[in-house]
Amino acid sequence: MLLESMLVFGLVNSAILMLMSFGFSLTFGLSGVANFAHGGIYLLAGYLAFFLLRTLGLPYLLAVIITVIVTALLGAAIYRLVVIRVRGIALNEVIATFAIGISILELFRWLGFITYEFSLPCIVDGRLTLFQTTLDYQRILIIVVAFLMAVFLWALTHKTRIGLALLGMAQNEYTALSVGIDSDWAATYSFALGGAFAAIAALMILPLGIININIGYEVLLIALAVTVLGGLESTKGLILGCIILGYAQVITSTLIAPHWKEAVYLAAILIVLAVKPSGLLGKFKELEERV
Amino acid sequence: MKAGHRKERIDRGIKVRADEIFAISSYREILYLMGPRLLAIMGLLLFPLFRDVTGAYWQTVGFIACIIALLALSWNFLFSVGLVSLGQAFFFGVGAYFTGYFNHFLGLGPLFSIPLATVCGAVLCTIVIFPVLRLRGIYFALITFALPLFLMRIIEATGYLGGTEGISGLQRLPGLTFSVYVSVVVVLAVTFIYLRFFDTDYGLVLRAIHDNDMSVLAGGLSVQWYKAQAVFIAALPATFAGALMTHHYRIVGMPAFAMEYSILPLTAAVVGGTGTFAGGVLGAFILVPFSEMLRAFGTLRIVMYSALLLLFVVGLPEGIYRFAQRKYFQFERIVPLEEEKQ
Repeated sequence: MLLESMLVFGLVNSAILMLMSFGFSLTFGLSGVANFAHGGIYLLAGYLAFFLLRTLGLPYLLAVIITVIVTALLGAAIYRLVVIRVRGIALNEVIATFAIGISILELFRWLGFITYEFSLPCIVDGRLTLFQTTLDYQRILIIVVAFLMAVFLWALTHKTRIGLALLGMAQNEYTALSVGIDSDWAATYSFALGGAFAAIAALMILPLGIININIGYEVLLIALAVTVLGGLESTKGLILGCIILGYAQVITSTLIAPHWKEAVYLAAILIVLAVKPSGLLGKFKELEERV
Repeated sequence: MKAGHRKERIDRGIKVRADEIFAISSYREILYLMGPRLLAIMGLLLFPLFRDVTGAYWQTVGFIACIIALLALSWNFLFSVGLVSLGQAFFFGVGAYFTGYFNHFLGLGPLFSIPLATVCGAVLCTIVIFPVLRLRGIYFALITFALPLFLMRIIEATGYLGGTEGISGLQRLPGLTFSVYVSVVVVLAVTFIYLRFFDTDYGLVLRAIHDNDMSVLAGGLSVQWYKAQAVFIAALPATFAGALMTHHYRIVGMPAFAMEYSILPLTAAVVGGTGTFAGGVLGAFILVPFSEMLRAFGTLRIVMYSALLLLFVVGLPEGIYRFAQRKYFQFERIVPLEEEKQ
């Protein structure tokens, strides 16, 4: 009974972590820029969807489409207006995106988005009981969407021209430049994709609870932990990192105490960095040379 | 600017003589070189004496500016070794909690608890950060960003060290003027020591790590070990700032890890000029009074710091200090463009 629920909720938790960190790791992998505004974009998508659905009363599908497009544009705008001016100076990239992220999050805090009324509706209500574990449809949907996004990402970077161009840019920027792929164009795309993925993650995960400012910080921390754990530029590593962290969290909170869940990320990062600094599936050289 | 013209920058004679020939010809030139520094040092040292003029409120603002200046100095030291910290609140909070622990649970007076917390805090910070030092660049930034948030959560969740309520009723310091004096003297001392430090042989190694760590590695030196020592040295003023502030307000709690202590020193260092120790101090003394004037805006201030940070990173990456230095030591004039020679 306990084992079964741990297995199931570990899987759900892994899928949640995966959705949260996809956008961040995608942008990082493709453009080499760590987008510290990821948490801000994620939360912005949540509040925007709330506004569209609850205040304007738009139909669900329309609201989702608008949210995803707006965040994708926001991601592209962050690159085009700010990051492009400091590209290549790692420190300034980090500080600039960090500043953007913090301003988004703290602006919402100041505007008073801290009460309990902010929550998104589930796509489908209801729950399913398998053997002895009860699971609601939203959580099942999260697993499905996480899987679909992984497939989409794989198909995008292996089957389409745009994706292949982006992949080429990630693998070797100079060679990609020499065959006529524009670096800024690729980076703009990767920021837009990162923004859109953050919005999808927000739309899927936020209905499970109340929208809270601190989630924005947490998402960034999770994305960081997973990226470090799995090793950079390795999608398999990302998925493996999510599964390890997801199960570790569920096991810790069931067997020890729920509040130690937070310490799992830190412990995982520190242990992995101490034992295998390149991450579980990363190559040492790659990790070290990425600034 | 007129078309066909360009701006030309030329060093003043005094800069060339002082930098390269080491010959200064008159008291006037000595004054030109020493003036700004003496003005800043005297201003800082005399400031606490004018409590009647400024009032206790602005003395406190001066004290906080010194605390932020110490954190900015620490940030700049890390930056000079090639490490970018997004979480100065980590060092600050660790120092603060150590002091609270020593004073409340072990009953040590401020005379012992502050120095002891400074050293123990720096040691602990170094141990925690040590595994990350194998990596360069943004990983260090990511970890330092995460650490204060994690520690805050752990203290909140487990209720150790006073939990959400913190530890209050610590022993008091002799008074406001005393606190301000201590902080001012420490800021000046740390600035001076750090500046001199980077001219020593040991400092050269640290600077080399910032410039090209592969060459340090090739020289047979352990980059990670040197970085660990640098983190320890850089943590000292930050943990001291936490310890002093704790005894000044006689309480330590979760706000010691607040975002404000991370973003203010970072903004101060970027506004002042990254990598310049005096610049960070200057930035702190510009930002903190500015932020006090904006107190009415509440948490919107953090948004304003971020906007300022963004503005400076994109618009004036060299920072105010280097900008002012350039204006002071160079003059500019508009000259016509020369005909292009084929």
